[in-house]
Amino acid sequence: MATDSQVKLDPKIPSGPIEQRWDKHQFEMKLVNPANKRKFTIIVVGTGLGGAAAAASLAELGYNVKSFCYQDSPRRAHSIAAQGGINAAKNYPNDGDSIYRLFYDTVKGGDFRARESNVYRLAQVSVNIIDQCVAQGVPFAREYGGLLDNRSFGGAQVSRTFYARGQTGQQLLLGAYQALSRQIGLGNVEMHSRTEMLDLIVVDGIARGIVTRDMITGKVESYLADAVVLATGGYGNVFYLSTNAKGCNVTASWRAYKRGAFFANPCYTQIHPTCIPVSGDHQSKLTLMSESLRNDGRIWVPKKAGDQRSPDQIPESEREYYLEEKYPSFGNLVPRDVASRNAKLVCDAGRGVGQGGFGVYLDFSDSIKRLGKNVIQERYGNLFDMYQRITAENPYEVPMRIYPAIHYTMGGLWVDYNLMSTIPGLFVLGEANFSDHGANRLGASALMQGLADGYFVLPYTIGNYLAQAKLPKVEVGQAAVREAEVEVTDRNKRLLGINGKRTVDSFHREVGKLLWDKCGMARNDKGLKEALKLIPEIRAEFWKNVRVLGANEEVNQALEKAGRVADFLELAELLCLDALKRTESCGGHFREESQTPDGEALRDDDNFAHAAAWEYAGPKNQPIRNQEPLVFEYVHPSQRSYK
Amino acid sequence: MNLTLRVWRQKNAKDRGRIVEYKVHDVSPDMSFLEMLDVTNEQLIEKGEEPIAFDHDCREGICGMCGLVINGIPHGPESATTTCQLHMRNFSNGDTITIEPWRARAFPIIRDLIVDRTAFDRIIRVDGKAGGFVSISTGGVPDANAIPIPKDDADLAMDAAACVGCGACVAACPNASAMLFVAAKVGHLGLLPQGQTERHNRVLRMVSQMDKEGFGGCTNMGECAAACPKEISLDFIARMNCDMIKASFVKG
Repeated sequence: MATDSQVKLDPKIPSGPIEQRWDKHQFEMKLVNPANKRKFTIIVVGTGLGGAAAAASLAELGYNVKSFCYQDSPRRAHSIAAQGGINAAKNYPNDGDSIYRLFYDTVKGGDFRARESNVYRLAQVSVNIIDQCVAQGVPFAREYGGLLDNRSFGGAQVSRTFYARGQTGQQLLLGAYQALSRQIGLGNVEMHSRTEMLDLIVVDGIARGIVTRDMITGKVESYLADAVVLATGGYGNVFYLSTNAKGCNVTASWRAYKRGAFFANPCYTQIHPTCIPVSGDHQSKLTLMSESLRNDGRIWVPKKAGDQRSPDQIPESEREYYLEEKYPSFGNLVPRDVASRNAKLVCDAGRGVGQGGFGVYLDFSDSIKRLGKNVIQERYGNLFDMYQRITAENPYEVPMRIYPAIHYTMGGLWVDYNLMSTIPGLFVLGEANFSDHGANRLGASALMQGLADGYFVLPYTIGNYLAQAKLPKVEVGQAAVREAEVEVTDRNKRLLGINGKRTVDSFHREVGKLLWDKCGMARNDKGLKEALKLIPEIRAEFWKNVRVLGANEEVNQALEKAGRVADFLELAELLCLDALKRTESCGGHFREESQTPDGEALRDDDNFAHAAAWEYAGPKNQPIRNQEPLVFEYVHPSQRSYK
Repeated sequence: MNLTLRVWRQKNAKDRGRIVEYKVHDVSPDMSFLEMLDVTNEQLIEKGEEPIAFDHDCREGICGMCGLVINGIPHGPESATTTCQLHMRNFSNGDTITIEPWRARAFPIIRDLIVDRTAFDRIIRVDGKAGGFVSISTGGVPDANAIPIPKDDADLAMDAAACVGCGACVAACPNASAMLFVAAKVGHLGLLPQGQTERHNRVLRMVSQMDKEGFGGCTNMGECAAACPKEISLDFIARMNCDMIKASFVKG
């Protein structure tokens, strides 16, 4: 049993009215004199929206920055795959949006499990992000008058989403990549691509560097710094099948966790309602179809279970547009957790469509009739093409088939208001931290948070830390650094030496399937306990029977994968443990034991209005569950209703 | 389906490399090309042979990391499609498929099907003074709606900005020229008001860096645009040549 300890977690929330907190905090924070900034070295791991934005902004300020990514170029980080858009409280459409409304929608959308002050700051800086990106040359969609266009997204009744066709993430990331490239060109950032972080160096309790492996030569090296920033994304790939890139992994966060950073709310995983259904056992990843499609597509299933007719043979009267019927005010634009759960309900009732019955229709025929094919093509052309390439079906003529898939993880390393983890000097940005989305993230808010953290929050808060920190000199030769290096080297040796019978992927699939079944869209006490019994068995089998060929001193993709899967096999257990302990339902975490009479997620605010921050307690002990109470001064918790 | 693969295997940059033949069985037409390679690798590992190394990441056609020359065509037979989005239903049972890496002097082979494309990053960054970016820092920028941009210009800029930096254009070009890649970035920024200040310097510096990296010259063959998974048009090369001429007059 994990014990609930009462370690004090200080979120360092500034006092005063919420709309003044960030301004006040910015003024009160200590500054580093411009001439002194170049004396500080900052390591930034990851080059997605958070990492690239932070590395560029810190270098512009004058810090020495070292940036790391596992891909061949910083331009490839998985932020690039975000399709639909980015939210900002600009209120350009004059439809009643405001910073307060974006704040309110995000806290409510997160099912009252986010920290209010962080969310308010996010909504505040959202408006600066759009200005910044436009100035960088991001080609957002425009109206004929030349001004910016907006679209609607789930969980909101205003149009506040800016977009660049179905490639918004790509364009925002390229903007940040270009800003980063400029700083690399100027010599302010030292870029290390094809380099993977494999451990965190902590000296006297303070984060002082990282251990990396060069993915071409296999060389294990240490890099030292005055602060370390992790912008290493989420851990959705623990499920094996997800919409994440194949390389996305939890290793950086997990090593930080094992070095003392608390891991908060790992059970908050987001299952995206509109993905292309699984087609067979060979499937290596799932592909998202942007939520923006729900603006013009209507979701339905046949009324009769087991109806095998093709969709055009099913008359209107025999279709159920279940979201429109059940949630008349939000209709097809209910938040992701609600849309996903309802798709699961109808499929579990035998009314799913397509091979295996795990799919629902997303139908554009009404919109095409209303707006014309060319308008739909202009809005979603690239998504329709992608769908057709993958499924060999033409979505202009037959409805798309979609099914939920793991997409995003709201949980992550615990951070305070300054984005610093429980290890001083270790900052965590974007999807890798836990703070802003509560138990469910709204669409088009991940891009907003990554860029907010990287451009407009961290550059201030890290200065405040560096201005006050006492940082003795560290050297590559000293014990703490050498120990971390030796651990990394030994682990790789061990993986290469097992020479068992099973491939790395076979273990990854096995644990992923188990998690999806027992800790996916719905969770219960019995299933979670089963998973908690099986995961250590899979892990033991992995360390006995995995086969990793080749050597360390060369390109070895199987070795890279093996290290990542070994960490997933540990995280999987914490994820289930967290889900077991949180006996309430909230957002993406649906405990079957806790639901309203009409099947919605039922929170238990008396016992669970807190973030659970897990503390590593050594390989033999259960981790410790610490709590950060969540206080709602402005948005009062209520049963979420999208009816 | 059962297939015969002829795959380029090369242990490292110094190894000479050679084509090795593999039989692969149990391939489903619903698999992507990379999933077919996953299956091949699983079968190789079970036999105790080292798996084939290839670059890939998002598998959604947007990160630009994957790229194989399949039967002589970068990204394979389907137009406007990255390797990861190519599906096996484009092939038939019994087919022999030849798989090679991008081949260009500026893209040295690292291992098997993996090449080093950092030359592209160096073309974007140049020396940090005018390159594939707008020289502005975080903060202190005007309101996003302060400068209206005609929709047609924004749309055309977006067509160019869609480049994923995969390098298929270089692999397809008989001269291994990077003109389409460079022209896409020059075109994207040159079409927007934000990109005007550095327009002349940008094109001169990026093209000069491209030459330094060892890419060949452009002779308007059009192979690049035909291979481009994002259908970046040759028009952008014409546009860039125009900019080059103007810039040469202005900047001498």
